[in-house]
Amino acid sequence: MKSAVIVFPGSNCDRDMQVALARITGTPPVMVWHRETDLPRVDLIAVPGGFSYGDYLRSGAMAAHSPAMTEVRKRAAAGVAVLGVCNGFQILTEAGLLPGVLMRNASLRFICRDVYLRVEDSRAPFTTRYRTGQVIRIPIAHADGNFFADAETLKRIEGEGQVAFRYCDPNGEVTAAANPNGSLGNIAGIRNRAGNVLGMMPHPERLADQLLSGIDGRAMFEGLSEALG
Amino acid sequence: MTAAAPAITPDVVKAHGLSAEEYARVLEIMGREPNITELGIFSVMWSEHCSYKSSRKWLRRLPTTAPWVICGPGENAGVIDIGDGLACVFKMESHNHPSFIEPYQGAATGVGGILRDVFTMGARPIANLNALHFGAPDHPKTRHLVGGVVAGIGGYGNCVGVPTVAGSCDFDPGYNGNILVNAMTVGIARADRIFYAAASGIGNPVVYAGSKTGRDGIHGATMASAEFDDTAEARRPTVQVGDPFTEKLLIEACLELMAEDAIIAIQDMGAAGLTSSSFEMAGKGGVGVEIDLDRVPVREDGMTPYEIMLSESQERMLMVLKPGREDIARRIFEKWELDFAVIGRLTDTGRMVLKARGAVAADLPIAPLSEAAPVYDRPTTPTPRPAVLDAAAVPAPASVMGALETLLSSPDFCSRRWIWDQYDHMVMTDTVERPGGDAAVVRIHGTGRGLAVTTDCNPHYCGAHPKTGGAQAVAESWRNLTAVGARPLAITDNMNFGNPERPEIMGQFADCIEGIREACLALDFPVVSGNVSFYNETNGKGILPTPTIGAIGLIDDLSRRTSVPFKAAGEDIVLIGATMGHLGCSAYLRELHGRRDGAPPPVDLAAERANGDFVRGEIVSGAVTACHDLSDGGLLVAAAEMAMASGLGATLTPPPGAPALHAFAFGEDQGRYLVTTADGPALVSRAEKAGIPATVLGRTGGAELTLKGAGTISVVQLKAAFEGWLPAYMGDGVA
Repeated sequence: MKSAVIVFPGSNCDRDMQVALARITGTPPVMVWHRETDLPRVDLIAVPGGFSYGDYLRSGAMAAHSPAMTEVRKRAAAGVAVLGVCNGFQILTEAGLLPGVLMRNASLRFICRDVYLRVEDSRAPFTTRYRTGQVIRIPIAHADGNFFADAETLKRIEGEGQVAFRYCDPNGEVTAAANPNGSLGNIAGIRNRAGNVLGMMPHPERLADQLLSGIDGRAMFEGLSEALG
Repeated sequence: MTAAAPAITPDVVKAHGLSAEEYARVLEIMGREPNITELGIFSVMWSEHCSYKSSRKWLRRLPTTAPWVICGPGENAGVIDIGDGLACVFKMESHNHPSFIEPYQGAATGVGGILRDVFTMGARPIANLNALHFGAPDHPKTRHLVGGVVAGIGGYGNCVGVPTVAGSCDFDPGYNGNILVNAMTVGIARADRIFYAAASGIGNPVVYAGSKTGRDGIHGATMASAEFDDTAEARRPTVQVGDPFTEKLLIEACLELMAEDAIIAIQDMGAAGLTSSSFEMAGKGGVGVEIDLDRVPVREDGMTPYEIMLSESQERMLMVLKPGREDIARRIFEKWELDFAVIGRLTDTGRMVLKARGAVAADLPIAPLSEAAPVYDRPTTPTPRPAVLDAAAVPAPASVMGALETLLSSPDFCSRRWIWDQYDHMVMTDTVERPGGDAAVVRIHGTGRGLAVTTDCNPHYCGAHPKTGGAQAVAESWRNLTAVGARPLAITDNMNFGNPERPEIMGQFADCIEGIREACLALDFPVVSGNVSFYNETNGKGILPTPTIGAIGLIDDLSRRTSVPFKAAGEDIVLIGATMGHLGCSAYLRELHGRRDGAPPPVDLAAERANGDFVRGEIVSGAVTACHDLSDGGLLVAAAEMAMASGLGATLTPPPGAPALHAFAFGEDQGRYLVTTADGPALVSRAEKAGIPATVLGRTGGAELTLKGAGTISVVQLKAAFEGWLPAYMGDGVA
């Protein structure tokens, strides 16, 4: 599988994504500077976490208008897999590639900790290596992860099975106490209707290495590698 | 200067913090009356902060060398060799006064400043730490300060993308009027590519990069002086405002440029901004410098030379480039959308000449200004020696397990999760041991080796007996590194004290230094960088003496390390080190009896070293499964922490000849560890052969913590007590 990681001014999980992709897929990703208008031909485009443009204006708002994102939009429309993690998820919603918005956490504070996620299905290409209903432990690290969508949009997201991950307790129960940021429906990650674009607040690339106290994120990259060749 | 340049009256001199004697020296060096810009430059260069005039005499006593030290104190940060061609660059610095005035920005810019000190030397920052001391929880300002400082540290570090992996935090009325915010950054560089501040090469370009210069942080005391400026309102210095986004760009741009063969010298603009950075570079290189202030990127029109030179705007760097390399540098800084300007040249005059609007705005000799900087041998009065407290005279609690629960739910011992949850401690995906242990462990990227990092100081010990307290802070940091299996290498010290003009404060300082010195020598643990913060004092009352120690150790094989949680049921628990039941200055005395008397526990450095070397050997050999250093709170608190971290209980039995139960449980004797191992008697017999005190105390297992003779408490109950206080204090219902 060939992949690319888009790098914005203020991205800070770009190297983490690079390391995870290189180690797990066996092929180092191409690192693409946000001003590039010519993306390499790849099977997966990753939009990494961080604070693109310092979160000024609104998280992800300015990055969504960068030249590279114009290309990402075209590739996504052509069916290329696009993964947005944390700030990457925020950018994908701002770019109109995913529905909804990520608002300030209900606690109004930045939160960095491991959370449990229930995998809602095991559709290609992102979650093929997970079982439907599987509970995985993945860290979050964000101030703006409170997923919100208007009632109609939410109904559509839920109705069409676009929810990929929900915050849950260690037993897989989706409870208010297990919701770290106030997200509607405990939504931690969603897909577009076509299923080739996924955005999620938790960081799978952070727990993909046994030395770092867990490898539940690893299966996402293994699944992508398998599904996308 | 404009026609309105103020006259240099005795009041203006005084407002610049210069004594009559110091001003006489200024006149002698200048050979004439200085103008206001020149006076401002003298004022900041000779300030306590920049000149270390009260502390220098004592700092010289600290051991600063070892075969692995590449660069000791005097540069932006200390540098040590960590093998494989790599170096670790680190330093700790205080941002106490600004954090009290404006906690969010004060703490944030503290983090920004220390990050710059490290990447200025060519290192990529890989970890941030901090040490925080707040006033009493019931003081009206404390909650606001805790919230603001923690948010500020997180706000800056999270955005920059450097994990905040460890720290310490405590509360004491002694900090009601002066909180302490000490921030530390650790970075990694190639050992053959360290960048220094010494400028060289007459004619070489002096380059400014980063943020624009604004009117923030300008030398506050002076600017409030009405007779010197009747437009004071417009020029009033504001609190410095940090921009972590720009800092992130600056890190990437500087590291990218450092990979090119372009930089001769580089210095960040920290305290005293352009003044101290340019003096430092020229002074260290023995050259002169000419700067055209009209070329300095500024945020607003009409800034005077005085303002430009004394601004403390953040996220700015000064560099001397190799001739002809300006274009490469400009391209890199423009790519990162940062300001870049050639603002001057090096000269052979030995003078700093500043030009503005075609005229000379200041002209000062560089070497005499640094060489003639005042150095004071301030009088010292030793702290009265406290009486050693007889443990038998300290009342036992109604219930030892109840006392444990009280301690664990107290402000100083409860969980700091509420704090570190707000710090991104995992970004860079090398945080092997997260916050909450004895030391955090960060992998050296792309290797199987790691750095252990910690910050430590017990101000209660330092207040009662500064020399013991100083030695204990070093010993505890060494012990914390050892407890994770690391070889301790070096420290940075952040000396926080009251007003040095008071002999009793200077006495605390001198004695703490002496204690640090003895511990560093005994433990082969040199000081490679540091910072002094005096005048942490309000209405004549100083803070507790607080020499914070930041320490670095190396783990050669990350698969051979330990951590605090119990790992399995049925393992033996072994206590290493001698237990006398010392309760003077203890947490038990403070929290259970409201007393702060007695002498701190003695620090036996030879035993400290022998015990630690033995424990490290056992960890590296694989015999030890969990390890925790015993510090304030004593043995039972440490055992409870191991239980809570794992959810697994334990049963402990005091050995024959142990002191009274409460002294055994809560005594703070130094040089001790609790370890778990599959075969306790075998470990004890190895210890005996090495002459190390060791006793099997009990075994892990179950869901309760039991101390024979004292009772039982469930780990769940302990955890509830431990996790509850801080979120409740900060006003959180849940999580």
